Amino acid sequence: MLGFGDRGWGFALIAGALMTLAVSLTGLLIGSVLGSLIAWAKLSGHKVGAAIGDAYASLFRGLPELLVIYFVYFGSSALLTATGNLIGIEGFLGVPSFAAGALGVGIISGAYQAEVYRGAYLAIASGELEAARAVGMHRLLMFRRIIVPQVLRFALPGLGNLWQVALKDSSLISVTGLTELMRTAQVGAGSTRQPFVFYLAGLGLYLTLTFVTDRFFEAAEKRATRGLKRIHG
Amino acid sequence: MNSSAPTAITVSNMHKTFGQLEVLRGISLTAHEGDVISILGSSGSGKSTFLRCINLLETPDEGVVTVAGETIEMKRRADGHSVPASQSQVDRIRSRLGMVFQNFNLWSHMTILENLIEAPVHVQKRPKAECVEEAKALLAKVGIDDKANHYPSHLSGGQQQRAAIARALAMHPSVMLFDEPTSALDPELVGEVLRVMRSLAEEGRTMLVVTHEMGFAREVSNHVMFLHQGLVEAEGAPRDLFGDGATDRFRKFISGQANPAN
Amino acid sequence: MMSLDFIWQTFLRLLAALPLTIEVWFLSIVFGGFVAAGVTWMRVSGILPLSLFARAFIFIFRGSPLLIQLFVIYYGLPSLPFVRHSFLWTFLREPFYCAVLSLALCTAGYTSEIFRGALAAVPRGQVEAARACGMSGFLLFRRIILPIAMRQGLPAYSTEIISMTKATALVSMVTLWDVLNVALKIRNDTLITYTPLLVAGAIYFVLNYILARFFVWLEFVVSPHLRRRLH
Repeated sequence: MLGFGDRGWGFALIAGALMTLAVSLTGLLIGSVLGSLIAWAKLSGHKVGAAIGDAYASLFRGLPELLVIYFVYFGSSALLTATGNLIGIEGFLGVPSFAAGALGVGIISGAYQAEVYRGAYLAIASGELEAARAVGMHRLLMFRRIIVPQVLRFALPGLGNLWQVALKDSSLISVTGLTELMRTAQVGAGSTRQPFVFYLAGLGLYLTLTFVTDRFFEAAEKRATRGLKRIHG
Repeated sequence: MNSSAPTAITVSNMHKTFGQLEVLRGISLTAHEGDVISILGSSGSGKSTFLRCINLLETPDEGVVTVAGETIEMKRRADGHSVPASQSQVDRIRSRLGMVFQNFNLWSHMTILENLIEAPVHVQKRPKAECVEEAKALLAKVGIDDKANHYPSHLSGGQQQRAAIARALAMHPSVMLFDEPTSALDPELVGEVLRVMRSLAEEGRTMLVVTHEMGFAREVSNHVMFLHQGLVEAEGAPRDLFGDGATDRFRKFISGQANPAN
Repeated sequence: MMSLDFIWQTFLRLLAALPLTIEVWFLSIVFGGFVAAGVTWMRVSGILPLSLFARAFIFIFRGSPLLIQLFVIYYGLPSLPFVRHSFLWTFLREPFYCAVLSLALCTAGYTSEIFRGALAAVPRGQVEAARACGMSGFLLFRRIILPIAMRQGLPAYSTEIISMTKATALVSMVTLWDVLNVALKIRNDTLITYTPLLVAGAIYFVLNYILARFFVWLEFVVSPHLRRRLH
């Protein structure tokens, strides 16, 4: 039943797992754009910008993820339909579930990523920025050469955690009908009447995904922190 | 040594190995009541390990410790390691040995007063009111009675160490163990701790002091042990050891201590 | 569309569902806490089979989504004949118990790592000082290790508890009428898209806000030693 033959669900489950990876990754990227914007707003020192950043972060950390995903899914379609009606397109316009799901996961992830980037920026030794100024770097060059590489390095452990969170949150996208891993397991469970087998297989695939990607992040961290290792002896 | 007085503590033939490294290679010691023994040695000589083995914070591989006539029973486990036979005996003996650590190790979540009464109330099961009264007197003795309700993090290093000494005294120990009590302190705070230790010595307390303070060893203690690579290299009364009786290695050690920059 | 009256009516209906949300939340935190304590103990016991079991437990419940754990328990287990014929069936046929069980196990996975971290953060020197005073075993744990560890673990634990209120929304997937599920039903019945979900969101948000304030206060109360002295 879980095999890869004609009547097997193996390929469907693998495809679902790949869809889970794709939608989580898209969500993480959307979150990194939102997160860095908020981090920048909070670090800028602008009162209004900081307030908006704070409000965003505390709002989406305080709401159930499932509610956010429902809201983005129903809301974006309603918004699109309303806009369509306004410019003369009749009927219901649905936002693709992939886009709505990735956006939902991204909006949540962004609220957490903001804090990771902010912390990473603040972890840069102020002396290093002074040194950059002292050698005559202008702001953009300093940002590109000194700040971004260090922020990425300091943010990596936090991002690794948030990737795991995004991966797990992506299972909630199944409510939009996107055939990612969770949804595939549900469909398989329903049509074969073997829920235990299918949900357990799904669980195993999720564990595989989190385990494998965790090793990947570990390796990336090791690489990124080469310069931070203390020399012993 | 005060050999007419009764014996307070004896340690015989103590051995300790960490992995491949033989840190203690058979050290013995006898302290009579009122003795102040300074234990000197360069880092890695095993002096701190020796002290920690005495109250079994490290388990010695071999050796017998007797405190006020009671010997700590050891047994051999199947894998050949020796372990204390009875934890309750270890706890009882430990409560007779007051330990002062290099890094104070005050319990950070308790006030100074709470630190002092914690073990008397909960280990020795003495009445709380009595312990509080006594703790206040001890704090006055070490000169920080105004800090009773402060938390350790609010005190300077010297005050913390004096509080730690008071905490050890609150147990009514028969022997006080000091593990480099001034090494973690800023130089200007060393004096206040040494003054407290000197007054304890003058009261006739039995003390084993691992230290780098040559002045204390020479002037306050009545017996000095010099450890080198896990063995007693030289020992005796300070006037002999610091005088004509000094071995070359000890002379070299002292001159190194006098000029720590070298 | 967004008449005040409709918002008020929605609010009242959602508020009526709040007790269920809180019940699930409270029970799973309590049971999860006990399970976590057991798992932590196994993890640090130094006994290989126990610590391997604890590692596997933590890996499974932290490494996979709560939703699929919930479905394994609610849909999966009852499909096995031997489960249906055992005493477990009394519980597993009730979505409420399945939800609590599933949330409790999941939070136990996260919480036991928090407990372990808190234990590891207890400074060695302070434990040694207690040993030097003759403390050992349960006395040492109760008087020194536990109070220090509880203060160390509180920030992470409060985050976990707040994330549990959000996790309760998943019980709407197993036919329980919690706040989210009632909001979805109102949306379905009235075809009004935003209002029910917004009102539900406000309720969750206020709940978490109160919790967050509470934990800030609690952290302040239990850490007088970290505060600057007042005089």
